[in-house]
Amino acid sequence: MASSEIYRYLSVQDKDIALDPEGFLVDMADWSPAVAEALAAEEERTLTAEHWEVIEVLRNFYARYEMAPAMRPLVKAVGLALGAEKGKSLHLMRLFPDSPAKVGARLAGLPKPANCL
Amino acid sequence: MNETESAIDKGEVEGKVEGKVEGIAKGDLLVILRHSPHGSSWLREGLDAALVAAAFGQQVSLLFAGDGVLALMPHQQAGALGQKGTHGVIDMLAMYDIETLLVDAHALTSRGLSAEDLMLPVSVVEGDALPKLLDRHPLVLNF
Repeated sequence: MASSEIYRYLSVQDKDIALDPEGFLVDMADWSPAVAEALAAEEERTLTAEHWEVIEVLRNFYARYEMAPAMRPLVKAVGLALGAEKGKSLHLMRLFPDSPAKVGARLAGLPKPANCL
Repeated sequence: MNETESAIDKGEVEGKVEGKVEGIAKGDLLVILRHSPHGSSWLREGLDAALVAAAFGQQVSLLFAGDGVLALMPHQQAGALGQKGTHGVIDMLAMYDIETLLVDAHALTSRGLSAEDLMLPVSVVEGDALPKLLDRHPLVLNF
C-alpha cells in the first residue's frame, strides 16, 4: 500500500510531486500523464503507446475495484481490455521489466499492489 | 487454521458417496467469512487472505456464513469514517480467478434474504453439506 510518508519530491512542470520511500505518489490526485513521464524518466524508461494502454488498464482497474492489481489479475485485466495477445505475462515483463504489477502501478499513480512481492 | 484429513480420506469419501460429493466445491483453500462489512476488519482481512492465496496460484473457495452474507448485498457505500468498502474487493474476485462463491443457506433465510438479492451469482450450500465442503479443502481459514 502507498504510505502517506513524504520521502522526497519530484518536480514536474514547476510543481513538486510528493513521493513515498518507494517512489509511489503520496497523493493519487497528483497524477497526470506528465507525472507518469517523469516517473518513467527517473527509471530510464520511455513510455510508448503500448505502455500507455497498460497504464490506462491499470487506472481503470483501480477506479473500479479500489485496489492495484497483483500480477495475475493484471494479466487478466490486460487480456480482457486489449486482447489475449497482450494479456500475457511475457508481454508485460517486456514493457515493465523487473515487476510489471509494481512498476506499472507506480507509473499509473496507484498505490503499491498489496499482494505483490 | 484447520488441516483436515489427508488425501487418502478424501479419496474414500469420494468413492463411497460419489454422485453426492460431485456437486460440492473443492479447492486448495477455503476461506470462511462470518463478519459483516464495516464495524470490524474481519471481512477485509479474510478477503485479503483469499486474494494473497489466489495471487500465488492457489485455488480458493469462499464461504459466506452468518453476517458474512451481508458482504454480498448490492448498493454498498464507504463506511461512516470514509473507509473503503469491501464490495470493490468482492467485485474483483473474478479477476483473481476466485469463482467459487458459496453461501450458507441458513445465513440467508434467517436474514430474510435469498440468493437473488445478492450482487453476484453464488452457490447456496445446505447445512448438511458443510462438513463435506470442509473435507474437500486441505486448508481452511476462518474469519
